Amino acid sequence: MGFDQYHEPPGELPAATRTFARMCASLTEEAEAIGWYQQRLAVETDPEAAAVMRDAQGEEFKHFSMDLEFLLRRTPVWREIARGVLFCEGDIVERGEQAEAVATAGDGEPDRSGGPDGSGSLGIGSLRGTAR
Amino acid sequence: MNHLLRRLAPLTDANWALIDQEAAERCSPALAARRVVDFAGPRGWQHSATDLGRTRTLAGVPSEAVGAAQRRVLPLVELRADFAVSLAELRDHDRGAPDPDLAELDAAAYRIAVAENSAVVHGWREAAIAGIAEASPHEGQALADTIDIYPRPVAGAVELLLQQGIGGPYGLLLGRDEYTRVIESAEHGGYPLLDHLRKILGGPIVWAPGVDGGLVLSLRGGDFLFESGQDLAVGYDHHDRDAVQLYLQESFSFVAATPEAAVPLRRPRRATQRARKSRS
Repeated sequence: MGFDQYHEPPGELPAATRTFARMCASLTEEAEAIGWYQQRLAVETDPEAAAVMRDAQGEEFKHFSMDLEFLLRRTPVWREIARGVLFCEGDIVERGEQAEAVATAGDGEPDRSGGPDGSGSLGIGSLRGTAR
Repeated sequence: MNHLLRRLAPLTDANWALIDQEAAERCSPALAARRVVDFAGPRGWQHSATDLGRTRTLAGVPSEAVGAAQRRVLPLVELRADFAVSLAELRDHDRGAPDPDLAELDAAAYRIAVAENSAVVHGWREAAIAGIAEASPHEGQALADTIDIYPRPVAGAVELLLQQGIGGPYGLLLGRDEYTRVIESAEHGGYPLLDHLRKILGGPIVWAPGVDGGLVLSLRGGDFLFESGQDLAVGYDHHDRDAVQLYLQESFSFVAATPEAAVPLRRPRRATQRARKSRS
């Protein structure tokens, strides 16, 4: 049984860091699977087999997205950078540099940004279905 | 650090946790519109406009024999309510005082919730927001002067929506005066009016400060769209020796996509003047 996701002795790592590392490993595996299916689809000539592969690749898209969302929720700075890059128009590298600069400004100071996602939001959101 | 500049405030992490918790607790009961409309987001502070999916034709074009159109969007509005907190109160909180005075924060939370409710229900012309009540094509039902016939306009509104093919469940927003009258009243036979109205609607009856009269609307979804840029958050402005100046802020837009899915309930004429004073 391999423990390749750990680069430090697992016994010295906190439980939250071990979970984080496992999810990073999962994210990598899902990305690899997406790439493998992409290659298989490029060469597959049987349409029925290709349909099955496309469906399987869709599953990997979902798994990758769920892994990523989990990691972003647990890592406010990563989430803040991702917010400036994902689903945005414009130059990807430029947006990435800007997002990193904003998210990491003031590093080393205590994090008082607050809110469940690190944005400072009170996290109220929708109140549909909630009792007053 | 983001635009809220929270790291610059002379507050401990425990102070921030206290202020955030108090703000969320005080805002939530008064945020009536969010209990009945669709909520999308938050999209973030950088999000500036809602895509309406529509265009307007441009008459002048830079070259011959080409057509041109421009996308239409609804810019988000920013709401902000300022308040101050005594630094001495916060130092006492650090020492373990269980009852810090956050009265200004509580008042600001109420003000911003009232503004949000009013924008969604009655609209905000300067911000190009058409409220549900003003966008509704229905003339509306007049609320009764006497409480024991209150169910009639509500039932009438539900019937009107059914007639239009707009399914339920339905919700009822009531202004402060109307809500108080409903919860304090029983009909002939002692049956609570609140329970009777709930049976008619199949959905919630919501205390809605900032709303004049009331509003019956479908909760089936897809009809009323609130898009949040930055959801409610507390930011830092400045401080002196005595107090820190903070603010509650949010950005949002609102679109009544199916205005016929709501029926306004209008106050009786003579009650309007009297009640307007207590609107906020």
